[in-house]
Amino acid sequence: MPDLIDPPNLGENAPEFTVSEISGVVKRLIEGEFSHVRIRGEVGRVSRPASGHLYLDLKDDRAVLAGVIWKGVATRLRHRPEEGMEVIATGRLTTFAGQSRYQMVIEDISPAGEGALMAMLERRKKALAAEGLFGAERKQPLPYLPGLIGVVTSPSGAVIRDILHRLRDRFPRKVLVWPVPVQGEKCAASVAAAIAGFNRLQPGGAVPRPDLLIVARGGGSIEDLWGFNEEAVVRAAAASTIPLISAIGHETDTTLIDLAADQRAPTPTAAAELAVPVRADLLAHLNTLEARRIAAQESRLNVRRQRLKDLARALPRPIDLVAGAQQTLDNRALRLQAALRAVTHNKRQVFARASAGLRPNVLKQGMGQSRHRLATLSAQLVRALGQVVQQPRTLLKANGAALRAASPARLVAAQNERLTRLSAQLDQAVRAGAERRRTQLDALERLRQTLGYTQTLKRGFAVVRAQPDGRIITHAKEARRATGLDILFQDGAVSLNGSAGAKSGGKRAPKSDHRDPGQGQLF
Amino acid sequence: MSTKTVAEMSFEEAMQELESVVGQLESSTVALEDSITLYARGEELKKHCEAKLKSAEEKVAQITLGADGAPSGTKPLEGL
Repeated sequence: MPDLIDPPNLGENAPEFTVSEISGVVKRLIEGEFSHVRIRGEVGRVSRPASGHLYLDLKDDRAVLAGVIWKGVATRLRHRPEEGMEVIATGRLTTFAGQSRYQMVIEDISPAGEGALMAMLERRKKALAAEGLFGAERKQPLPYLPGLIGVVTSPSGAVIRDILHRLRDRFPRKVLVWPVPVQGEKCAASVAAAIAGFNRLQPGGAVPRPDLLIVARGGGSIEDLWGFNEEAVVRAAAASTIPLISAIGHETDTTLIDLAADQRAPTPTAAAELAVPVRADLLAHLNTLEARRIAAQESRLNVRRQRLKDLARALPRPIDLVAGAQQTLDNRALRLQAALRAVTHNKRQVFARASAGLRPNVLKQGMGQSRHRLATLSAQLVRALGQVVQQPRTLLKANGAALRAASPARLVAAQNERLTRLSAQLDQAVRAGAERRRTQLDALERLRQTLGYTQTLKRGFAVVRAQPDGRIITHAKEARRATGLDILFQDGAVSLNGSAGAKSGGKRAPKSDHRDPGQGQLF
Repeated sequence: MSTKTVAEMSFEEAMQELESVVGQLESSTVALEDSITLYARGEELKKHCEAKLKSAEEKVAQITLGADGAPSGTKPLEGL
């Protein structure tokens, strides 16, 4: 907006400004001109530093405007600005001389129209649904007949009246109202606190704990109902351990608390209908049950009574039951007497027949026969015993004789005798042998003497031996060669030297009686 | 049958048992002796339910909050 800061005069002698001076002028102009503006735009980048102030950009398709929401304002906002939200911001423009910038100080900011609000609602719904706060498994059943109903709503106005009217029609109950503002900035926080507060009540405490909660509000614009879309309310409703019915706006309005509640009623009146049954219906049902109970038992008794009657009728008279048996008994009794008599008679006859043959003589006769037989058998027995003994006795005798004959003493005597005989024979044989051998020896001696040369010597022959070797000389030639001769006679030997021998060779001169040495030499 | 005495029962419990008792009475399989017990039990349950229904009363109160925002008591809510 350069035209805004054009100096009033465009002449050569225009005054000079310092940067600070011109910045100050600009600031005064802008803040003076735009002390209260409403600006529609889309929320751009949003930053929330720890200081609590909130910085954001407002933009359209061509321009961007920096904005700030101071901490005090930010905490009071009904709708927190989110990026992409179409908003209308109310506030003033200011400059930031240090950076040659201008910006908007926002005093209030709200979604621009229903479309923007619905888009935001949709995003929040998705986020909470993702946490599972709307899950069917979280829904609690409503009590059939709650003793005390807690209602979170405005204590004045049509809503509580509608609820109480409908309760009265159906089933009057005790109701405890927790008053809350149902629209405006405090609505959400109060409703959330009320739901949590009812849940904190202990059974039997100073303030009684309800069995059922109804959170209700009448119809209104989407902005009016907005409090019931807030996260705090939705979380409180989802966390409630007391079953909770939500009834916000009209049938067509759906807020997020409806999704978190255990039951959603389209209107407060409908909430009362969900809360309690119709007493008259219950009484009617009770009466029906009562009638059925009595009728069932009546019918049961009737059926049994009838059955008993029928059975009793079918029972025969006792006398009829026994009459047949009685008659049979009488009949049998009569036959019994007759039969007894007949049996006695028969038995007596049999006895008489049997006893007729029973006399002492019969017994005696039998005994006599038996005695005789006994004597006979006794005699036989003695005889038989004698015979039986005789045979072994004979055998014993024979064996005894045999045994004596085989006595060892006899055997020894016999052998002794034989020994003596054999000894004598042996002596005789030995003596005869010796005799025979002596005779043979004498004969042989005689023969030897006959055959030996000594006998020849007796007949005039001599044995001549050469000296010194003693050899027998049988030829004269030998004798001449010998140095000496030994001549053996019958009674001894004579030694001759040299010539003598040669002169008288063949002459036997038995002078010596050295027979034995001659003989030894000869053999 | 429930171990609770009839006097301790809620309306709903008593009503449910009464329905069950009547159902059993109507079935032909229950012996006469048992039916007498059931009949008496039904009588007791019915009286309890009736008492609960007749005791219905309207009483409306409003929570009063202390300085800390916690409920401090109740006061009657009138004019509705």
